[in-house]
Parts: sequence; structure tokens; C-alpha cells
Amino acid sequence: MAVVWRAKQLTMRNLSSKAGEPPRLSRPRRLLKSQLNIWLGGLLLAAICLLAAASWWGLVPDPDAMSIRERLSPPGRSHWLGTDHFGRDIFARIAYGSRVALLVGAGSTSLAGAIGVVLGAWAGYKGGWWDEVIMRFIDGLMAFPGILLAVMLVTVMGPGLGNTIVAIGVANVPVFARIARGVFLTGRRALYVEAAHALGARTWDIIRYHILPNGIGPILVQAAVTFAAAVLTEASLSYLGLGIQPPYASWGRMLKEAQPQMGRAPWTVLSPGAAIFIAVLALNLLGDGIRDRLDPETH
Amino acid sequence: MQYVWRRIGALAVTLVIACTITFAVFNIVPGDPAMLMLGTEADPEVLANLRRQLGLDLPLHVQYFKWLKSAVTGDLGISIRLGRPVAALILERLPVTASLAVLAMALTVSIGVPAGAYGAFRRGRAADYLINILTQVGLAIPHFWLGILLILLFSMKLRLLPPGGFVPWDKSPWQAFLSLVLPAFALASHRIAQISRITRSAMLDVLHKDYIRTARGKGLPHRMLIYKHALKNSLIPVVTVAGMQFAGLLAGSIVAEEVFALPGLGRLLLQAIGYRDLPLVQGISLFIALVVVVINFITDVLYLLLDPRVRYD
Repeated sequence: MAVVWRAKQLTMRNLSSKAGEPPRLSRPRRLLKSQLNIWLGGLLLAAICLLAAASWWGLVPDPDAMSIRERLSPPGRSHWLGTDHFGRDIFARIAYGSRVALLVGAGSTSLAGAIGVVLGAWAGYKGGWWDEVIMRFIDGLMAFPGILLAVMLVTVMGPGLGNTIVAIGVANVPVFARIARGVFLTGRRALYVEAAHALGARTWDIIRYHILPNGIGPILVQAAVTFAAAVLTEASLSYLGLGIQPPYASWGRMLKEAQPQMGRAPWTVLSPGAAIFIAVLALNLLGDGIRDRLDPETH
Repeated sequence: MQYVWRRIGALAVTLVIACTITFAVFNIVPGDPAMLMLGTEADPEVLANLRRQLGLDLPLHVQYFKWLKSAVTGDLGISIRLGRPVAALILERLPVTASLAVLAMALTVSIGVPAGAYGAFRRGRAADYLINILTQVGLAIPHFWLGILLILLFSMKLRLLPPGGFVPWDKSPWQAFLSLVLPAFALASHRIAQISRITRSAMLDVLHKDYIRTARGKGLPHRMLIYKHALKNSLIPVVTVAGMQFAGLLAGSIVAEEVFALPGLGRLLLQAIGYRDLPLVQGISLFIALVVVVINFITDVLYLLLDPRVRYD
């Protein structure tokens, strides 16, 4: 497992820094690319946030209002993205779904980050026996692919918004723990940490002011990647009927409900899927951009 | 060899921890498994019977060791709903999921590696940019949505491939293959993008190594340099990532099998969840986790064979 992890880190670094490229030629272009990624990703994400905010403030039609007369109407002036098999406005449901996607993404990423960083930091900073026990447990957790662990937890805890956040959060703990451990393992041996120790700084202050600020980059990049993965996992769980339950609108559930009518009304499956795609693309672009920016090899 | 023994030791520890986590999730998490299966309004006597049948009336540590002992011998319990051994049910459904995973992996490697290598070969040109864009799309597109789009196009509009279901291999190998093409491609889309990205960057990394410069200095043609010297060495990280991807395919197929109505392990898991058949859910989860651990171990050893530097690390 250790080698696999090391190779993954190596390839991740390669992905971001493209270490082999001649620096003189590629630096401005890569800077431009990272800026472009951040701008494009940020813009798309801002659009989704705006959609969520509009639904929050009641600027979007009622997503649950049914109209049997208007069922499966194609996109038009009265319904921008058409209606579903109950005659519900698809645009309104997508707007409400964006709230769920953002909430689950932010909630589960924060949960995974908080637990993972604390576990990894403790393992990396304390080392020895603590490191062994925590990392073996993390190895064991890594045996469960994210979606499987989330499915297992949701089966036991039951579906719903809160449980979906917890299930996806727990499934993403290992990767944060691994990264934080790496940061703290190298951080605790760094010269500036030794100097802080020699000056009599307290452990907590060393962690807060010295190690964490220097290692926050990879953790932030992972947060963007996890956010995107969480949006995708939530959509998958809801598609399987294990995630968000009615009356909440969820992109994954919309897709599942629209599938039987997709031959007659393809727009019912096009827009929810496109919404998931745009959200994940935005977060991936942001993650790529931040990674290129923070990687010292780029500058 | 010592390295391999060390890895075997780590494998055993990880296997036990994975078993423990599976047991913990289904037995320690708040809530009564018997009530979870029968519902909150179940008759107390029926509940007590089920608890006795599942051994839930025993102390937790006794339950754990009993369960672990059976799991080690391949006995994953009896399905509550179907009344048959969980292991037999898994083995029955495995061929569909395994074929799907193998086909998806074959597509991943056969499209992803050449695309990445070609991107590195044509770096900075139009083809490279196009591959980059497709990679971003592949990484962001939800595979179940792609599956639905593929059904719309290839099954409903063009009527080239079946929209779902599975014809067993022994009935008609060609039909079986055809019913797996769309799900395998949908499942592979994300992985093709990942492998292509990794191949491209690993290749660019290798292209700046001294031995490549020497080969170039000797006057070796560019094409030969790329495909003979660079690609071989840049495949080391690719193999590792491909191994991890293959391990993840079993879990990834849960959603793909639902989209295409394939009677594999993923669908069995979902049916088991629907019926609240906990022994079956637990058995399938454990099986997938164990396969992941074993594939990761094989990847570790393969890495060792490919990159001798690891042995001296």
C-alpha cells in the first residue's frame, strides 16, 4: 500500500508540475494556464452559487409545483429547461439541487478535512506507535473505495441530507489524513521547526504558526478535489436512491426519475447531468489552478 | 524478497483491519441490525428470533471472532431474503462484474496510454490541446450520465447496441460482449482521462532525463526515442495507477450496473440494501474490500518488479 501511495503522490506531482518541461519556455504559459483555470473554474462555480442563492431568496419558481397539463413540455419561454413527468419546472429543480450539491460538497469536505487533518497531523507529528496505529487504520479504510464506504454507511444510518454528508465525509477522511501526515512528517524535521523548539515555542503554536501554514497548499488542493468528488458521490448516491430523499431536489435523483422518459423527453436527462458535469468541471479546474499556483516548481 | 515478505505482512494486517471495519460498520454503528432489517414496528418475538439467528444476542467480541472465523473460511453467512449462502450468491454474480471491469480496464489502457503518449509527442500542438480538453471533460463527466447519453445515442437513435440487460457468455459470447460495450465505456471514461494525463506527464518527465539526451545525441530518430526509450520508463507510474483503478472498478460498477440493468455484484448489493438483507450487504462489501486490498498488493509487487530502485529504498 505504501508504494502505491508513494507512486500516486509522484504521479500527482507530475500531473501538477509537469516536472520535465523546460522552465524557461513553459513558465509564463503555465502561469497563464493556471490563471485561466482559476478564472474559468471560479466563474462556473460562482454561477452555481448564484443559482443556489437565487433559489434561497425565492427568485426561482417552486420546484415542487406540479402541472399535469404541462408534463414533459420541451424547453421554452415559460419553462427554460422544460418540465419533467410531473410537469415540474426543471430549471427550478436544478437551482434547488445546486443548494444540495453545494451543501453536501462543503459539509462533507469540511468533515473529511477536519477529521483527516487531525488524524494525519497527530500521526505525523507524534510518529512511532501513534503513527503505526493511525496509518494502519487509514490503510484499512482505504480498502473501501469511496462510493462503497458511503453506500455501507448510508445503508446503516439511513438516507437523508445529514447522513449523506457524514457518509461522504467519512469516506474521504483517509486521503486528507495521508496528506496531513506527509506535511507534518517533513514539517517536524524542518530546520525552522527545530529553531522554534529551541526558542521554547509550545507544540500547539509550532503546529499552528509554522507547520500548518507551510503545508496548507496540498491540503487546499485536496479540498477542491474532494469537493468535486463529493458532488459526484452525492449525485451517485441519490441516483441509486440512497442519498437525498424527496421533497429535496437532487441532481442525481432527477436523473434517475427522468431515465424512463428519456426516449420521449431527452431534455429531462440532459440538464441534471449537465449541472453535475459543470459543477465537477468548475471544481476540478479550480483545483488544477490552485495546484499550479502553489507548486514551487512552477515559479 | 525481504521486501515482499514485509508487504505480505502488511497485507495480512490490512485484511484484518478491513474485516474489522466491515464488522464495525454493520454491528457497532448506533441502531439494532435486526430492527434495521425488519423495521421499527416489527413483532418483538420475531425480532428476538432474528437476533438469535444472526447471533446478535451474544457479546460483541464473541460475535466478532465468530464472524471473522467464518469469513476466513469463506463462509460469509446466509442471505436473509434469498436463504442461500452469501458466498455462492457473490460467485454467481461475479462473472458479469468481472467481465465489465476487465473490459473497462482494457478500454482504459488501450485508449488512455496512446492518447497520453501522443499528447506528449505532439506537445503544445493542436492535438495535445484537444487531448487536454477531452481529458478535462472525461474527468468531470459523471459516468452514469455518460451511460444514459450513450443509451440515447447508440441504442435509441442508432439502434446499434442494446440499451441494457446482459446475455450470459455461454449463451452468446458476441451478444454478451455487445451488452457490455456501453457500460464499460461509460465506466472507463474517467479512468481513460486519468491514465492519459499520467502517461503524458510521466512521459514529459522522462523526456528530460540524461539517457534520453544521450540517445538523442547518438542520432536516434524521434519516434523511436519516444516509443522505445521514453514510453517504457514512463509506464511505471501508469501501471501503479492502473492497478488502483482496476481495484476501484468493482465499486464503480455499482452505479453502472444500475444504469444498464446488468445483473452483477453492484445490483445484487443494491437489491440487498432494498431488502435490508444485512448479511448479504456485509458480505458483498467485505468481498469488494478484500479484492481491493489484494489487487493493491499485486500492484505493489508489480511496481517492485518494474522499478528496481524500490528494493533499495
